[in-house]
Formats: sequence, structure tokens, C-alpha cells
Amino acid sequence: MILQGKIWLFGDNIDTDAIIAARYLSTTEPEELAAHLMEDIKPDFPGLVQKGDIIVAGSNFGCGSSREHAPLAIKGAGVSCVIARSFARIFYRNSINIGLPIMECEDDLSGLKSGEDQLEINLELGKIIHLQSGREYKAAPFPRFMQELISRGGLVEYVKARLEK
Amino acid sequence: MSNNFGMTMVEKILAAKAAKDQVVPGELVNVEVDLALGNDITAPVAIKEFKRFGLDRVFDPEKIVLVPDHFTPNKDIAAAEQALVLRRFAKEYGLKHYFEVGRMGIEHALLPEQGLVWPGMIIIGADSHTCTYGALGAFATGVGSTDLAAAMAIGEAWFKVPSTIRFEYNGQLPEWVSGKDLILLTIGKIGVEGARYRAMEFAGSAIDSLPMDGRLTMANMAVEAGGKCGYMQPDQITFDYLEGRVERSYTSVYSDADASYESIHTFDVNNLEPQVAFPPSPDNVYPVSDAKGIELDQVVIGSCTNGRIDDLRAAASVIRGKKVKEGLRLLIIPATQQIYRQAMDEGLLADFIDAEAAVSTPTCGPCLGGHMGILAKGEKALATTNRNFVGRMGHPESEVYLSSPAVAAASAVAGTIVHPEEVLS
Repeated sequence: MILQGKIWLFGDNIDTDAIIAARYLSTTEPEELAAHLMEDIKPDFPGLVQKGDIIVAGSNFGCGSSREHAPLAIKGAGVSCVIARSFARIFYRNSINIGLPIMECEDDLSGLKSGEDQLEINLELGKIIHLQSGREYKAAPFPRFMQELISRGGLVEYVKARLEK
Repeated sequence: MSNNFGMTMVEKILAAKAAKDQVVPGELVNVEVDLALGNDITAPVAIKEFKRFGLDRVFDPEKIVLVPDHFTPNKDIAAAEQALVLRRFAKEYGLKHYFEVGRMGIEHALLPEQGLVWPGMIIIGADSHTCTYGALGAFATGVGSTDLAAAMAIGEAWFKVPSTIRFEYNGQLPEWVSGKDLILLTIGKIGVEGARYRAMEFAGSAIDSLPMDGRLTMANMAVEAGGKCGYMQPDQITFDYLEGRVERSYTSVYSDADASYESIHTFDVNNLEPQVAFPPSPDNVYPVSDAKGIELDQVVIGSCTNGRIDDLRAAASVIRGKKVKEGLRLLIIPATQQIYRQAMDEGLLADFIDAEAAVSTPTCGPCLGGHMGILAKGEKALATTNRNFVGRMGHPESEVYLSSPAVAAASAVAGTIVHPEEVLS
């Protein structure tokens, strides 16, 4: 799968309370959650983010709570992929389970222009290209099991197939 | 396989439940789940996903636990609707372990108390603090709602086998220093990412003599260091705790002498001070003597981290006969109905109410900024909870410090963050 979009930069340790505050956890609808995405740390973000945009973050993205509402809010806002130096483990598995593409990239992307620059991502190969400069970055491709989960659209589809057997 | 080498407790449990002789860190395994847990925030999403399977039964109605604890007693209409989803699902699918308001507690205090946890189990929960049960020698870890849905359908979960970091705490804990202080010290040392994806093995002479409530506190916060799980290997304290709670037989699992650890951290606790995590992160930890002069608006004693009977006893022993500082709110939230009753029988609730604290029915409440004690802009709180990221307990411009119950009680009296000895002399 090839994705392309405008990036938004975030720092290290973006925790799940920042991604979606607890006061919004009474809803499970991705679109409703998306309206409050990153609200406490970047209040204008819900209004700025557009379908196909890409979040680029530092280390330990998604740390804190297990709330699946966090990747749901991101997916609901139309974000096509989250690239981070590293992910907290529950956020990582939640993203794979709901079919939100994520990539771990140890290269330093913090110099890119938030809200302006564009990236092209090849999920199978783990290749990221900065369109403005042509520079290529290397990300960790997923184990085959996880690629399969994401390509099926998530864990639910995988389990359905298991139940049919 | 002819080349058998030593494994840690968690490697052994994962291997057994994956029907393998051996596993190594990094390997992906599919394991049988012994218990799957959800609450009123996470289970509605799980139930929504589960319904997409079109099943008329769950994999095992005795191995699923639903506890409405976050936004209950129902915080508002939306929360009431979510709690109703759990209630209906539990009834429709004949779940044995659904705990209604008035019978429930905060999930990670409730399950061990109710005898649902024993050594060697694999427990998954759609809540990050599921790692708490590692204190009883189980492999217990937080997962997402979709993971819970899958487990409810087929009784399995996928995991990457974690490598294990060993933490040894040696010496004798000084008075007023508890499990909470040990885990804050640890997170302060290694950072919120220091144990990312790892299993945390807690050991040493200080752990050997640490009562179960303190062990549960430590394992509870493994996730705050990024840990997949945190555990203590079963010993006499474990068996004594399980006695009378768990009727069935169980097999304890132990790390081999030649198990491999990614790294080993040692701590000498003989001269340790109580620890405080400053905002905005659980790893921003300082000794309490560095926390002088911080004026507080609210103190919260409770949560799955520190709402158990030992915690309430420690707080009561500090506050007995004194008053909460004028203008400050002290909230006490016993973590389960049983603990609440026991605190009542021991006169602790009278101590708290006489001190002018507010005492609540079990709920997660203010810990995650849900209800029952939210902070306004500019307010500062000290809590015995587990996280203090921006906006955790309310307004994004409020701040939360984390500590043990004894420090929290002392600070509620002083109005600033203090060592218990400062209000007891």
C-alpha cells in the first residue's frame, strides 16, 4: 500500500490523555472522537487536520491508557498513517487491530515542516520519501502476521475468518 | 527441541499457553487466555466489535469479567448508556462475573480480592493497569477493546514475547516508605519508556517482605514505565493472600536460575525517602524533601494503585486526630465494597470524616479526570493514583503530583507536600 499526505509534527511521549481526553470517552463513534483529537495540546488541530494527512511524532507515541478511542480518534479524523520513533505497546496493537497503519522510523524527521511538507509511504517495504526534498527514510516493516492483520482491515476480520474454519 | 535453556516466569507461562516447549523474546505467539476483563469505558467498544462476529455465545462465560468502575455510579446519560451496554451483554451471554454498582470495586483491586487471580494464569484486560495481577505471579497485561472482543469470541490473544528486566530492591524499607515509593523511584530512574515492551521482574529482600497490597501497587504501575507486565514470583506472602480466596489448585511458575535478563537494576532501599512524581509525567520523580512548599487544592487517596486496606490504614494513622488544611479538599475512595466495609469496621472512615475528608463509594472517578473530584484551571492536586500527564485530572492547566497514601494524608493536613513525620511530631 502506498500512502501520500501532508504531515503534522508532534513531540515525544504524546500520551493517550493528550490524544483524546477522558471526558470524551462516553462515545465510541470515530467521527465524534475526531472532533476532539489532540485538543488539550493543540486546540486548533481538529479544525486543521484533513483526510489523508500523516502524523509524525517522536518516541513513545500513545503512552498511557489502553483506550482504543485514541487510534479511533486518529482514524476518524482521516489520518492515513502515524509515523513515530517508537510506539507505546497498547497503542501499537490497538492501531494494528483497527487497521490504522503505523510505522516505526528511527530517523530524525523533526526538521520537516509541520502542516506543509508531504511524505510518501510504502508500508510493505517500510520506505518513506520526503516529497519536497526527495530524501528517503527507512522504517521497520511489519512481521508478516501484522501486515496480514492490517491488510484484512484488522483483528475482527482475522477472527471472523478463524471462526469460519 | 534439544537445546533447552532457562526461561523467566513470563516466558514459561507464555510457552505453556502457546503449547510450546520454549519461547524466546521477540517471538510472536498465540496464547490461550484464562481471564479477559473489560470496564464501562472499554467494554462498550469491545461489545460493538464482538457483535460483528454474529455469535450467540462467548468462548467461556466463566472467563470473562466486566466491571463498571470508571464513570460509575453513572456520571451522566452517556455514561449510563455505556453501563447499560455492559449490563445487558452480561445478562444476554450469561457472564458469571459481572459486578454491579453496590457489589463492585475498582477492577484491579476487585479481582484479586474476589479470588479470580492465581499464579500461572494469562490475564488480559482492556485497561492499561491490568498488569497489576503480576503481583500474584500471573502474566497479566493491558490490551485494547478489539483484543477483548477477539478473546471473548475465541479465548486467545497474540503477543510478542517480551524480554525481561530484573529489578532487585535490597535492604529494609524505612518507616513510611512503601511499594508506591519503590515503583516511583524505579520509573524515575528508567523513564516512561525505560521498560517499553518488557516484562519487569521485581525481586530482592525488600520485595520478599513487602505485603501483598504494596506488591499490587508496584505491579500496577509497570505500564507507566512502558512495561508489558510487572511481576513478583509466588512466595509465602502470595500463598497466604490466596488462602481462603482461591479454592482451586494452581501451579506456581518460577524463573529458572539460568534465565536471561536484558538488564538488571539494583536498589539499596535502607535510606530511601518517600518519592513524589511531579507533573507532567510519572517519571518526573523527586524525593519528598525536594517537594517543599507546593501548595495543594485537592488530595485524592484511592485508585487501583493505592485504594486498598493497607493504604487506608497508612493514611488514617497519619491523619487521625488532625484536620484537613482549611480550603483543601481531601477525597478518600476505598477501592472495593469489602475494603470500604473493613475500613468502616476499623474506624478508619470515622478518622477521615472527623478530619473533614470526603469519603466516596468505589470508583475510578477523579484518577482519569472522569468525575468525583475534577480540577479547575490552575489547581494543584496530590494523588495516590498512577498518572499525571497534562489534563489527567481535569483542566489542561491543572497539575497533578503522585505519591503514597501516607504522604498524601500528611500533605492534606499540611496543605503542602510533606513527609508524614512533619505532621506527626
